[in-house]
Amino acid sequence: MATTSAHSDENYINCEKGLWSWLTTVDHKRIGVMYMICVMFFFLVGGIMALLLRLELFAPNKVAGVGGVLSDGNVYNQVMTYHGAIMVFMVIVPGIPAILGNFFLPLHIGAKDVAFPKLNLASWYCFMAGAAMAIFTFFTTRIDTGWTFYTPYSIRTGTATAMMVMAAFVMGFSSILTGLNFIVTVHKLRAPGMTMHRMPLFVWAMYSTAIIQVLATPVLAITLMLIAAERFLGIGIFDPKLGGDPVLFQHFFWFYSHPAVYIMIIPAMGVVSELLTAFSRKVIFGYTAIAYSSLGIAAVSFFVWGHHMFVSGQSATAGIVFSFITMLVGVPTAIKMFNWVATIYKGSVSFEAPMLFALGFLFLFAIGGVTGIMLAVLPIDVHFHDTYFVVAHFHYVMVGGTLMAIMGGFYYWFPKMFGKMHSDVTARLSFVFIFIGFNVTFFPQFILGAMGMPRRYFDYIPQYETLNKISTVGSWLIAVGFLIGLYTIVQGLLKGPKAPANPWGAKTLEWTIPSPPTMHNFEVEPVVTAGPYEYR
Amino acid sequence: MMWFNFAKAQSFMPSQGTEIAKQVDNLYGFLLITSFIACVLVIGGMIYFAWKYKRKSDNDKTAYISHNTTLEFVWSFIPLVIFLFVFAWGWFIYHDMRTMPKDALEINVTGKQWAWETEYKNGYKTVNEVVVPVGRDVKIILGSVDVIHSFYVPSFRIKQDAVPGRYTALWFRADKLGDFHIFCTEYCGTAHSGMIGRLKVVPQADFDKYLEEGQEEGQLPLAKRGEKLFALKACSSCHSVDNPAVKVGPSLFQVFGHEVTLTDGSKVSADENYLRESILTPNAKIVKNFPQGVMPTFQGQLNENELNALIEYIKGLK
Repeated sequence: MATTSAHSDENYINCEKGLWSWLTTVDHKRIGVMYMICVMFFFLVGGIMALLLRLELFAPNKVAGVGGVLSDGNVYNQVMTYHGAIMVFMVIVPGIPAILGNFFLPLHIGAKDVAFPKLNLASWYCFMAGAAMAIFTFFTTRIDTGWTFYTPYSIRTGTATAMMVMAAFVMGFSSILTGLNFIVTVHKLRAPGMTMHRMPLFVWAMYSTAIIQVLATPVLAITLMLIAAERFLGIGIFDPKLGGDPVLFQHFFWFYSHPAVYIMIIPAMGVVSELLTAFSRKVIFGYTAIAYSSLGIAAVSFFVWGHHMFVSGQSATAGIVFSFITMLVGVPTAIKMFNWVATIYKGSVSFEAPMLFALGFLFLFAIGGVTGIMLAVLPIDVHFHDTYFVVAHFHYVMVGGTLMAIMGGFYYWFPKMFGKMHSDVTARLSFVFIFIGFNVTFFPQFILGAMGMPRRYFDYIPQYETLNKISTVGSWLIAVGFLIGLYTIVQGLLKGPKAPANPWGAKTLEWTIPSPPTMHNFEVEPVVTAGPYEYR
Repeated sequence: MMWFNFAKAQSFMPSQGTEIAKQVDNLYGFLLITSFIACVLVIGGMIYFAWKYKRKSDNDKTAYISHNTTLEFVWSFIPLVIFLFVFAWGWFIYHDMRTMPKDALEINVTGKQWAWETEYKNGYKTVNEVVVPVGRDVKIILGSVDVIHSFYVPSFRIKQDAVPGRYTALWFRADKLGDFHIFCTEYCGTAHSGMIGRLKVVPQADFDKYLEEGQEEGQLPLAKRGEKLFALKACSSCHSVDNPAVKVGPSLFQVFGHEVTLTDGSKVSADENYLRESILTPNAKIVKNFPQGVMPTFQGQLNENELNALIEYIKGLK
């Protein structure tokens, strides 16, 4: 430690005081923490919406007392829309890149900050402006289009769709700017000796994600602007009444939103790679394969959008081509799964909470993956499309995958971010509730989908009642799990013992500096001489 | 093949109403088993390794295995082969699904918020019910008058979006008598989940009789025609007619000739012109306690005779 004792307690949290110092900060760590607070709040809101939906579906509406928790179909549709839109645009998409990426990408490559610190702050303000607009719609006429804004419904419904669309547009800039920042940071700010092939896999994941963010998000922005133009100016683009084509919207929308699925999952893959090596104390198996399969997935993800549209009216030939390419994108994902399992082999495995979440990720993502292959098979998708099978599948990937990784990453990096240790006992307890609750909630939905229950249904026929009841009970277990998680974080912040620099014995660069880091990250610029996982 | 049938039996798929449904289930059974094996290998391997190599002391030495090219090639190649195999199998079935048979019986089905309107070749129209003969190729020509809907018969494993501004189609050959659900599977607003129809598979003779009887209904009194239209145009999805209970929209029971209170507190008398306006421009006057903008306009969808018939029917709801 080169610092004097007078400065030894100074870190990025206490070096400047007051709300204003946070709102005007250009420090990547502080911006990461600000994202964290906002995203956690939105997650709470979206989670309450989810609980309401499950409560409504506890019984068919005609069952007195328990059926019809929400007053009517309109309210259900609004809650369903806000749940989806909030969770996608305001939780899962920004989740890992904006919080953990902002905080740890510069630390991982030995940099002082991201390449454009002011742009980084600007992207936070874009995110908040968009989020404020989205929440504003809740106090007007509300939106009921579903998070997908399918036309012509979204053009005709007499609600605040235009405002919500603008909100997603503004939030998109946050995504683009963050992506741009990360790409430049990775290329320009690596410490001496930190070659591309010595970067932690988390950085590779952020890099691949950033490329998709920069290339795909503008397409969404354009599409959403076209909806707004159609609503305000009556230009016929998507509405057949005005001479437009509603299926064209689906092409545009999924051209962004399928790559966006990988914006959501690739960062999670990066986090899991870090967790598995750290808690197995073992070098990652197949570093190159994992790093380049992220890039491979990013590239191919742009050519599979049509698999959301097998029954939309697109041509049979298009369907066949998209099904084929989708099979190709499945391969790199499978490779990653095998690599992760091989990483544990002959390791020294310990089971702190972050590792439990990483193992939980592998478990749930395996199921999410194989059901994804089923949905890519044409005639199977014709039966399952827009049923609860799809709902279950993407929750296994987005929640069982991404959210488990976010939770694992939080617990893993919490000591570094805040300089305190959280209780591992309550953190593990939160895992148990979330993991069991998740399976109880979503596994029955695969069966409901196979039985033919369509999604976005306010009410259902009596055959589906039992499985819906089980699913609703599961949602309560998940809620308990997250409340325990919240308690763990708050308790750790208030009463946790001081964290050492490297509580887990991990090898990446962020663990070589004090917890929490100083404003300048590295007092002496690190010189890298080996790969990120040198457990020998 | 016992394991295969077992997997299919456990797959919870609805009853099989067509030959295609059986083919789809065979493929699904194969996918289920392959997926199950894959999950057991990956998850089982993970649990086994995690348990076997759990940390014994803080100074454990771990193996330094950075990669293994042969192994990595094998586990990339095997999934690729399996994926391409199920893709090809899927293509094979999909081809049958999407190739419309010649000389099929054609029935037009139109989606609207929130009902399915069926029209047979002889002009007979029904709502939320499609009657087809058993053992014969049937082609459903789909359209929509407002937003996108999707025509889904779980027992037949078929689904196709009904897109406004163009026609789409699907076909099936039912080999089982009985009633099957038709669901709407593209989100279409307030009563999306109530847009449930019935697909009735009947013997050819019954089908012929059904069409004949339907055609005879042509000459009916005005109020009777109104009653049929009321169901056909899906008014009944949202408005009750026999009691004051509220569905999505206000009840029409004993409305005619009475005063109606609007959202701004003013009152209007429900006469013929009020009813006409409420059908053609539903958002001009909104009844108190009901939201704006739910009911779609019927401007251009009803001719003068049909309007007369509907109003005549509503007049009689006492």
